[in-house]
Amino acid sequence: MTRPTPETLAHSTRRARSVADPARDTDQPVGAAPRPSAAANGVRAEAPVEVSGAGSLVRSLEALGVDVAFGIPGGAILPAYDPLYDSTVRHILVRHEQGAGHAATGYAQATGRVGVCIATSGPGATNLVTPIADAYMDSVPIVAITGQVARPSIGTDAFQEADIQGITLPITKHNFLVQTAEEIPRVLAEAFHLASTGRPGPVLVDIPKDVLQAQTTFTWPPTLDLPGYRPTVHPHGKQIREAARLMTAARRPVLYVGGGVLKAGATEALRQLAELTGIPVVTTLMARGAFPDSHPQHLGMPGMHGTVAAVYGLQKSDLIVALGARFDDRVTGKLDSFAPGAAVVHADIDPAEIGKNRAVDVPIVGDAKQVIEELIGAVTAERATGRIGDQTDWWAQLDDLRQRYPLGYDEPADGTLAPQYVIKRLGEIVGPDAVYVAGVGQHQMWASQFISYEKPYTWLNSGGLGTMGYAVPAAMGAKVGRPDTTVWAVDGDGCFQMTNQELATCALEGIPIKVAVINNGNLGMVRQWQTLFYGERYSNTELGTHKHRIPDFVKLAEALGCVGLRCENAADVDKTIEAAMAINDAPVVIDFVVGKDAMVWPMVAAGTSNDEIMFARGVRPVFDEDDV
Amino acid sequence: MTMHTLSVLVENKPGVLARVSGLFSRRGFNIDSLAVGETENPDVSRITIVVNAESSPLEQVTKQLNKLVNVLKIVELDPGVSVARELLLVKVRADRVARSQVLETVNLFRARVVDVAPDTLTIEATGTPDKLDALLRDLEPFGIKEMVQSGLVAIGRGSRSITAGPALRAA
Repeated sequence: MTRPTPETLAHSTRRARSVADPARDTDQPVGAAPRPSAAANGVRAEAPVEVSGAGSLVRSLEALGVDVAFGIPGGAILPAYDPLYDSTVRHILVRHEQGAGHAATGYAQATGRVGVCIATSGPGATNLVTPIADAYMDSVPIVAITGQVARPSIGTDAFQEADIQGITLPITKHNFLVQTAEEIPRVLAEAFHLASTGRPGPVLVDIPKDVLQAQTTFTWPPTLDLPGYRPTVHPHGKQIREAARLMTAARRPVLYVGGGVLKAGATEALRQLAELTGIPVVTTLMARGAFPDSHPQHLGMPGMHGTVAAVYGLQKSDLIVALGARFDDRVTGKLDSFAPGAAVVHADIDPAEIGKNRAVDVPIVGDAKQVIEELIGAVTAERATGRIGDQTDWWAQLDDLRQRYPLGYDEPADGTLAPQYVIKRLGEIVGPDAVYVAGVGQHQMWASQFISYEKPYTWLNSGGLGTMGYAVPAAMGAKVGRPDTTVWAVDGDGCFQMTNQELATCALEGIPIKVAVINNGNLGMVRQWQTLFYGERYSNTELGTHKHRIPDFVKLAEALGCVGLRCENAADVDKTIEAAMAINDAPVVIDFVVGKDAMVWPMVAAGTSNDEIMFARGVRPVFDEDDV
Repeated sequence: MTMHTLSVLVENKPGVLARVSGLFSRRGFNIDSLAVGETENPDVSRITIVVNAESSPLEQVTKQLNKLVNVLKIVELDPGVSVARELLLVKVRADRVARSQVLETVNLFRARVVDVAPDTLTIEATGTPDKLDALLRDLEPFGIKEMVQSGLVAIGRGSRSITAGPALRAA
């Protein structure tokens, strides 16, 4: 089998030394690296120099502290790849632009720094659309740089022309079509500033080929010109005091924690607030790891496949304190029956999220870290006056539910390997320091449920867009950003077949990720819905990876320069995972052949009320309605 | 549903109108009328949007508009304390028999004739949407061959200016 060449390994080792691992064991990935705005404010001033537009682009990336970019060259972006050849920016040549986009996202989610991807015009740019939409839905700071046909050709249906600025208008935080070479440094600085501040998000910079070829003067730092961009980070004191008053008066409160808490680096503050108030915590799919799973106040994940205690906790609460969360339909279920008795404190950095889905009693616009820190002060002041809400009955109910309805699964009756067991053992053997990256579907839900997340930035997934194929390239990006951390992709056989070609990139570039393919031979989540809602008519969900073993994932892994392993029964699970853990000089793929009938439980069926949560098929939890 | 008039001050840059109008359709709002032009500051354009919406979805669309990086300021103009006008150009059938009656209507509405042909008159009128509707109703019996209307433009009464905020100075 092919292993990375000594050159690629040496290359990656050199990079590994130069790239810090800021997120590990810390609460501070956001801002751990030089902030682009700081660079733009003159941290790294450089004397003016005559360069091409392409040279100006590459120098701007260097000045912004970019250490890695994922991309594929092509006609219109070609001028940029010439100065990139000599740059300190490491360029990782991917196999599909979608891989570049998700890699940038995985890098950004794992490190808190801005992820960068590069593509050419037309099809290169349109291949970035899915990862850009993905990053937009999950508020991930990435900058996508695309080549465009030369200015005189724009609008003529030229070869490889696509209006990528127009195409990405609805899925970017902002985008630019660069008009002159002179503006390249300013636009790049603005793009990084926009991507990484306020509510983070993807920014696209489209640069025509003739602008890249034009001669210009590169000067740094540029002056940002964003008069309409003023995110509110500091919360309003009156609203904080009102929230604190409600939090100390409530008898059935819940802290509803979303991904904004991770983005703000607020997990330590969150822990302090939770412990100060004694309020139960739920962490959404985007916030897994923001609060330790082992913490006694943690009820787990809410929503469609959340724990009974978390779903019930929100549903029956008298106060929901939403921190960096957005009342997504997967969390609320049928909106008009969601948490009918709850007052709502909603804190978010994006004012448009507040009141968008659920009416709010106390709106707080601000950065989650500042909000939580100020809440700690205000709650402390409230408590000093003797106001401490009695949560004794509340906790008794929640503890009873946790005990009666813990997360669990049944062993498959047909003797096949239980996917939940594989994922549970993976989490137990690999431990809480690794980064876990999931695709979308059943395996994603099980990975969220059965792996215990103790630390922030150890769980990456595609939450909002639900992008199948996210895991392998995102894991690649995460591993590049944190080379000293073990990175596991937990993928499905459907997802894996969408983007596994990036394993070739991983093998050649010395990015030893590990992939656990939870291979049930089917599009499992769709099949689960067919089982439950379509009378077990399995229309087009059988993938043939069991019946025909096409593809053979072990052979496929080997063909892509990885180590391929297979595990088909419970007795071999531990040793297969341990074998994968022992390999650090190449990517590893384990084909876990699991049963196809396992289902994700609990479940709130789409469009129904959270009151209708099913603990298992045909099993509704028994709530003691007299208690509430 | 009620009509709301939004004055949106934006950076005068290519593509900004597409961002604003695209946002309305994407979030499920119908724009009733839209007018755009430069302001006293050539770096700033002013878009006047009339939208038919309940107040709570309108708040959502206003917040989403505010997130557009090129949007500087949004003010909802209260019809009680603002002046709103549309421009109408209409080509009316007016042969020798009807011409004097058409001209009488034109004078009644303080409109103007801007072009004359043997069998038509082209009339220019400005006013509130209500006034222009009334004018059109009166001209209709003569036969309207063609008409074009601008979007509504509106400005607040009194000496205060919505373009005088700190955000605009930065622009």
